[in-house]
Amino acid sequence: MSNINDSVLRMEHITMQFGGVVAINDLSLEVRRGEIVALIGPNGAGKTTAFNCITGVYEPTNGVVYFQGKPIALNHPQGKMIRQYAGSEADRYKMLKPIVHTPDRITHMGIARTFQNIRLFSSQTAFENVLIGTHLRRTSNVFTATFRLNAREEKRNREKAEELLEIVGLKDEMNEKATSLPYGKQRRLEIARALATDPSLLLLDEPAAGMNPQETDELGSFIVDIKNRFKLTVFMIEHHMNLVMDISDRIYVLDFGKQIAEGTPEEIQKNPVVIAAYLGVDEE
Amino acid sequence: MKKKNNIGSYITLGVVILIYAAVFIAEQTIPSTSMLFTVLKKGATYALVAVSMNLLNGFTGIFSLGQAGFMLIGAYIYGIFTIPVSMRGQVYQYFDGGLVQFTLPIIIAMILGGLAAAFFAFLIGLPVLRLKSDYLAIATLGFAEIVRAIFQWNGLGPVTNGSNMLRSFPNFNDFNITDAQGNVTVYLSTLIPFIMSGICILIIVLLINSSYGRAFKAIRDDEVAAEAMGINLAHHKRLAFCISSFFAGVSGAMLAMYQTTVQAKSFTSAMTYEILLIVVIGGIGSVTGSVLSSFLFVACSEWWLRFLDEQQMIGDFQVPLLRNGFRLVVFSVIIMIVVLFFRRGIMGDRELWNLNFTGRRKNKGDGK
Amino acid sequence: MNVWDTVFPYLLSGISVGGQYALIAIGYTMVYGILRLINFAHGDVFMVAGIVMVYIASSGLPIWVCIPLVLLITVFVGFLIERVAYKPLRSAPRMSVMISAIGVSYALQNLVLYVTGGLNKQYPTIPWISDTVVIGPAKTKLVTVITPILVIALVVALVLLINKTKIGMAMRAVSKDFETSQLMGIKINNVISATFIIGSFLAGVGSILYFTNYPTVIQTSGAMPGLKAFVAAVFGGIGSIPGAVIGAFIIGIMENIIKGLDVILFKAGIISGPMGLATFSDAFTFALLIVILIVKPTGLFGEKVTDKV
Repeated sequence: MSNINDSVLRMEHITMQFGGVVAINDLSLEVRRGEIVALIGPNGAGKTTAFNCITGVYEPTNGVVYFQGKPIALNHPQGKMIRQYAGSEADRYKMLKPIVHTPDRITHMGIARTFQNIRLFSSQTAFENVLIGTHLRRTSNVFTATFRLNAREEKRNREKAEELLEIVGLKDEMNEKATSLPYGKQRRLEIARALATDPSLLLLDEPAAGMNPQETDELGSFIVDIKNRFKLTVFMIEHHMNLVMDISDRIYVLDFGKQIAEGTPEEIQKNPVVIAAYLGVDEE
Repeated sequence: MKKKNNIGSYITLGVVILIYAAVFIAEQTIPSTSMLFTVLKKGATYALVAVSMNLLNGFTGIFSLGQAGFMLIGAYIYGIFTIPVSMRGQVYQYFDGGLVQFTLPIIIAMILGGLAAAFFAFLIGLPVLRLKSDYLAIATLGFAEIVRAIFQWNGLGPVTNGSNMLRSFPNFNDFNITDAQGNVTVYLSTLIPFIMSGICILIIVLLINSSYGRAFKAIRDDEVAAEAMGINLAHHKRLAFCISSFFAGVSGAMLAMYQTTVQAKSFTSAMTYEILLIVVIGGIGSVTGSVLSSFLFVACSEWWLRFLDEQQMIGDFQVPLLRNGFRLVVFSVIIMIVVLFFRRGIMGDRELWNLNFTGRRKNKGDGK
Repeated sequence: MNVWDTVFPYLLSGISVGGQYALIAIGYTMVYGILRLINFAHGDVFMVAGIVMVYIASSGLPIWVCIPLVLLITVFVGFLIERVAYKPLRSAPRMSVMISAIGVSYALQNLVLYVTGGLNKQYPTIPWISDTVVIGPAKTKLVTVITPILVIALVVALVLLINKTKIGMAMRAVSKDFETSQLMGIKINNVISATFIIGSFLAGVGSILYFTNYPTVIQTSGAMPGLKAFVAAVFGGIGSIPGAVIGAFIIGIMENIIKGLDVILFKAGIISGPMGLATFSDAFTFALLIVILIVKPTGLFGEKVTDKV
């Protein structure tokens, strides 16, 4: 980890506006190589929206997202939005050509994610769920795959999927239907599936939601473990403050779509603005 | 797990070989006029188109109703390119023998039919596949109607014979091996469609169980998650659409051989509905189910329930209600019962090769 | 004879057919608005109304008894279909309901096939509206003139019903948000039944007008008008009643113009012989549908719905 200052993800002046509603307002943040960064904030603060802007589910209304120094999303208010736009920094990117990628392109570049409301492939087994994650790195085409001319690649992928399941501790359940697993295991399975896409940046959307304290503790060390093992950078949304404070290198705090604080866990814990925001909207 | 799968596959293979052997033997021993062969030939044709529709509707989650249109394309391309040159003057009597003045080998013409269907699917898929479920259904249905109109148009008569039928092209009976006097020595007219359909379905099964097949199923289960896993939705949907249409085209060619004539006006949306109902009865997401229900459907409609269409006497008592069309009423009722109460159909989403043959309850998590 | 004289009769029958499509299209659009279901059986309800009229009229009842009776039976058929085939699937995936609708369509057609023996049935001549009138250069039946007037009157009544009555308010609520309106105590099944009843009633009226112009009925008679009416509903923006009506008129007119295109172009001196373009009168409708879905999937008056991730 010599280049700890390498920027993996950088959001610059991201604003996301739906009609008249400003979900994120002028959010700028940076995640560096090898870090675990948490994005916290009360419900409805725009955290998942931020993830959706990074992963191409939404086109941000304004601003740029850089991944490993390259812009992967760039936009400025267009069409009707020019009049409606209520965010800031409206003119900053006016002269630049918008960049739009579909989510699958973003995943190709090396950003994988999990979902707040688990989205596993319900009709398939745990093993098949992970196996689908290997599909995007294929070298086969539809003919070679159909006629089994890619046997070696298929074998490699199966081994990889099995290995990932072992790492997340689901080897014994690999042939069970994904959705029949208990909640905590489903979350781990989602992580395994995301890892199967060979990401360099992992976005976790509330990985501990619905877990009990013990599971949450285990999850913390698990995240650190996979981070080191796969040389990942982790950017996560989380509500469990213990988990966040334990494993994060830095924390960004979002409230009403605006960034209200940034710093190390210690700094955030002492930050009066953050305390006010959380006390105002007591979350647990 | 792997071992068990293999057992299933071997048993399936055994069953399939037995069926083919039985078909071959039956064909040599039972008079060729038996209804059995009508059912088997048409069943094999419908099995292919049902599986191709299942690939799209059941495995990829794209609700398309364009099947009849793609079958029409396949049937016409096959017909146009295989009518013997000597017969063209007769067939294209209103169009001076037509434009095409050569013939292609049967297999080449079939594949060409499939490719043409796939090509149309590619064109229509570009805009249409972006639509959501029911809009997509109605757009593909509309597309099939447009295709029907185009092929009926007399302006294209020199190629398509306009609204007149195409005929005299090689049909299933031409596969029988005859001696010098024209007597049949080996009957193959049922086995060949079985082989054609079997090969195509095998390819579809291989596809479904490949990496691409898993991607298709992922799209069906959750588009958003599939996209987040790096699966290009547009590309994969188009792929499934084109492949499905290719096989629909091939089955159209087979239908042409079965019917011995082709006319655009018979490829109606009702035909698509019929295929859809076959898929539903068999189980959406099961290839085995589609094949089974195709044969059942054809057997019932062409053979087993025929007695319902004729007046029957039990002793002196005339059974009421029985007359022309009653078969279809009974049939519709059965279908509605399946649709409403047995929504999983015959097979649900299971396959013959995944069934548990050992009789043991499947052990949870028994690893490999 | 100038070109206008050639075009006019086609235009007139286009308006008439358009009005008849409109009456069917309203049924589609209302059901879709509430259940998000393409009621594939709706065209067949329209056909059943035609067949019922054939049989009732042949029993010798006077026409002023026949018409209400036909409408009553049609309404009952529509109501029954919903209760039997759609209600049990309320919580099932949308695809299952659509398949059920296709199944009902198949069943209705087969039932009629059985009853009629698959023969074309002559539709009874309904007095007065079958009378011949001459308008400008065209000679036509009175029904051609009545249809658009009746359609407009019915649509006005329907819009009043939806905007002024309690059941109308419930319908609007349900089409906006199914679950919430259920929570608010709206009896969802009553609203859905009312929707089917209204839709079937209008389809029944439409069938009387339609079959007066095209006087034979067979089990497949409903399929094409049904599909076209649906296209009209999509064209106008599904869920919107005025949209469906306008869409239906546009499609009816265009379709009839295309039917006469050979003649019109010939009279105008643009082509020298028949091109057989009339073949495309049906295809045109669907081409229009595909274009609309691509360019503006919400149709002319539809509301945009966004999916939440």
